[in-house]
Amino acid sequence: MRSGVVIFPGSNCDRDMIVAIRKITGKTPIKIWYKEYDIPNLDLIVIPGGFTFGDYLRCGALAARSPVITSIKNHISRGGTVLGVCNGFQILIEAKILPGSLIRNKKLLFTCRETTLEVQSCIENPFLSGLKIGECLKIPVAHNEGNYFAPEDLLKQLKEEGRIALKYIKQNVNEKNYNPNGSTEDIAGILSKNGKVLGMMPHPERAINCLHGGTDGLKFLTNCVEQIIG
Amino acid sequence: MKIIVNVSLKEGVLDPEGQAIKSSLNNLGFEHCSDVRTGKQIILNLDQNCETEVLKQAKKMCEVLLVNTVIENYEINILKD
Repeated sequence: MRSGVVIFPGSNCDRDMIVAIRKITGKTPIKIWYKEYDIPNLDLIVIPGGFTFGDYLRCGALAARSPVITSIKNHISRGGTVLGVCNGFQILIEAKILPGSLIRNKKLLFTCRETTLEVQSCIENPFLSGLKIGECLKIPVAHNEGNYFAPEDLLKQLKEEGRIALKYIKQNVNEKNYNPNGSTEDIAGILSKNGKVLGMMPHPERAINCLHGGTDGLKFLTNCVEQIIG
Repeated sequence: MKIIVNVSLKEGVLDPEGQAIKSSLNNLGFEHCSDVRTGKQIILNLDQNCETEVLKQAKKMCEVLLVNTVIENYEINILKD
C-alpha cells in the first residue's frame, strides 16, 4: 500500500503515525511537506495530530490554507482516501473537506486520556467496514478543541447520510465523563459524503503496542489498511 | 487604512470561556451579570485609501481565513484617526 503522512510546521504525531503504518504494511509512508503542490498517487493520505502553526487564529485554520490542501482536495476528487486525526481532523474541517466545527472542550481543559469509542452504523467506508457495528475500541484522546459542533440541520443531514462514524460511549451506566470534550451527541469522528474521508479526534497511532496500554488503535489501522488494499 | 474586525461566537454556540468568566464575575459579587460571550479582535493595516475597496478586501479576508462562519459572526469597522 502506498501511503503518505502530511507534515506541517507544528505537526507532532507524524512520526508515530509513520511507525504505526510501517508496522502494519511493512512499508514506510512518504512524508509530504505542507508546501507541496504535487503529490504522487497514494492509496491513503494521513493528516496527523499536532499544533500546526501554533494553533494560531483557530486550530487548523492556517494549515487548511496551505498549498498541500489543494493536492489533498485533488486526491479526494479522484476518490482517494484520507484520514485526519486530532489536529488533522481540525484541518479537514477548516479546509471545509468535512462539515461542522471543533470548538473548545466543554470543561475548558486539555484532555489527555483513554476513551471508549463505539463503531456506528454508517455508510460504506474503508475505515470501519471490517469492524462490527457497536464494536468498542479503546483509543486515547489528547486535545483542547475537540468538541464537535454542528448546527441542527447539519446534524440531521449527517445522521440521514450515515456519516457519524465513531461516538464516545459509556463503559458502564454510571460513567459520567465518558465524553472527553462535550461534543454534540458524543461524536468522535465523521465521514465525508462518499465515505472516503474520516476525521476523528482520538489517536489510533497511540494504541498500537501493549506498552501503550492497549492495541485497539493497531486493530483500527490494520482494518483500514486491509479495507483499502482489499 | 486601519480596519478592526470583531469576531464573536454565533448565538447557540457554546462559549465555555464566557461561562467561566460569568461564573467568576458572579462569585465576585456581580450577580446581575447573567451572560458573558467572548470573541476576538483583529486589527488590519491595509495600504489602500479607497474605503469601499478596503471594506471589500476585509470582507473577503474574513470569509477566506479570519472567520469560521459555521460558528462565528463578524463585524468590520474602519478605524478613523
